[in-house]
Amino acid sequence: MGMTIAEKIIALAAGVPEVKAGDIHTVNLDRMMSNDGTTHLTVDMYNNKLKHPRIADAGKMVFIVDHNVPSDSPKTAASQKKMRDFARENGIDFWEGKGVCHQIMMEHYVRPGELIFGADSHTCTYGALGAFGTGVGCTDLLYGMVTGTSWVLVPETIRFNLIGKLPEGVYPRDLMLTIIGEVGANGCNYQVMEFTGDGAHGLSVNDRMVLCNLAVEAGAKTAVFEADDVALEYLKSRGREPKAVFTSDPDAHYVREYTFDLSRIQPVAARPDFVDDVVPAKEVCGVRIDEAFLGSCNNGRIDELRVGASILKGRRVSEHVRFLVVPASQEVYLQALEEGLIQTFMESGAIVMNPNCSVCWGSCQGVIGENEVLISTGTRNFKGRAGHPSSKVYLGSAATVAASAVKGEICTADML
Amino acid sequence: MATGKIFKFHNDLDTDQIIASQYLLLPNIEEMKVHTFESLDPEFPDKVKPGDYVVGGENFGCGSSREQAPSVLKALGVKAVVAKSFARIFYRNAINIGLPVIVCKDLPDAVATGDEMELSLTEGVAKANGQVYSCTKLPEYMQQILSQGGLIASLNREEA
Repeated sequence: MGMTIAEKIIALAAGVPEVKAGDIHTVNLDRMMSNDGTTHLTVDMYNNKLKHPRIADAGKMVFIVDHNVPSDSPKTAASQKKMRDFARENGIDFWEGKGVCHQIMMEHYVRPGELIFGADSHTCTYGALGAFGTGVGCTDLLYGMVTGTSWVLVPETIRFNLIGKLPEGVYPRDLMLTIIGEVGANGCNYQVMEFTGDGAHGLSVNDRMVLCNLAVEAGAKTAVFEADDVALEYLKSRGREPKAVFTSDPDAHYVREYTFDLSRIQPVAARPDFVDDVVPAKEVCGVRIDEAFLGSCNNGRIDELRVGASILKGRRVSEHVRFLVVPASQEVYLQALEEGLIQTFMESGAIVMNPNCSVCWGSCQGVIGENEVLISTGTRNFKGRAGHPSSKVYLGSAATVAASAVKGEICTADML
Repeated sequence: MATGKIFKFHNDLDTDQIIASQYLLLPNIEEMKVHTFESLDPEFPDKVKPGDYVVGGENFGCGSSREQAPSVLKALGVKAVVAKSFARIFYRNAINIGLPVIVCKDLPDAVATGDEMELSLTEGVAKANGQVYSCTKLPEYMQQILSQGGLIASLNREEA
């Protein structure tokens, strides 16, 4: 029996010729990432709970402060100091304020064929480069840090055949929200979403990240694209070599298959409070908003900033709307500066902020108050996700968010 | 079998509801636990007693990988979470910290908050309102982690 990309990555990490779905294997982890959402607890456990505290290979560890940066309270500052000090004392790569963790990982670390644990659910983003990245908690992260290994239950793989091209004004975010709406919030629970077909190969790494990043919102353990020429070119431009380049075997086993014709996708929105409550964006047009957010590990890269700026150019943000623009990394920010996008945003009345997780995770500057409404390019729209439990979050593409910021109510870009 | 009170929650209960983002960077679980389920039932931390149960529907614990979610439940004395299905990161985190997570397809729809329940982890059986429900047993590998008190306790034991 042939193997899928995900199975091949696990087999390589486990040092065995073959794995199959349902097996449990001990694997060597290629890399581990932890951010300020949980690292202070990991450090506490390291110091207080371990019989023999040690780090298997500090060179495989990356600590990134991105969730509450710069810190918003003395308690946050203390938790981050604990993380910072630990990283420095133990020779762990440490990033602070340079970008959202998954963007930093993609820009600087991820290689095709790697098995990566991240103490953040959106670690599945790394499948955009043909790696197996999956989200874990801080105990798993600690165990991996100490032993260099972990246990993995080999997941089943679902094949998503993507055919054709997205129409103009429709974006990979619309596609992925459409997919999640179709399969449901637990439609891929414990499974791998493998994206393939000419529609997949036609997407840039930026766009592949948008798809893989949201896989966890369908319950998936991870998502993966084949590391084709597009991925290898991205890698080469950043001076990295793949660990291994895998394709799925023709006789590999898929538990299910879906086909999506990209040419038929339209702008969509996810309604509060569930990511899989997806409707055509036109259906929620007219909902008055208080805030709009363009950013996050899902949609804060240069491609999305370009889309947002093209809509803002020569227009003004509505008087009753705060429009937050948060580049996903300093690299993205600098590129946007060079292209004049930041100037466009500021001239239109947007608030441009430093790279961080921002309002997407609801505990940073920009959180919304009682009964307020946000339209967002963030990852989630759970109850209270962006602030007060009574507030509401709609998810849409960068184009829909920017257009809504101008109009003061949800609308699609073609309605301006 | 020990008896505890049920606290029932909806399908697709996400970890933001168990413990909101704004509390995650507090220094420790003790400071966080008083905010458990704050958006849904602010009195939950006062009402729940050691030995009580949380019951959910499908996809319990979806969303964020925050291990604080199972940790605050455990710190409040919740004996186990019983649901029709679990999101994978919550499921794994719960086992890793030694909080039993039990899949039971029929019980959740038949019970309400305030009902009494008995649960036998070893037999994989739950009893509530005079009915007996069979639950899915954990794979042996995970049962071992759980029985040793979680992943770190099991690591320490291996290295004893």
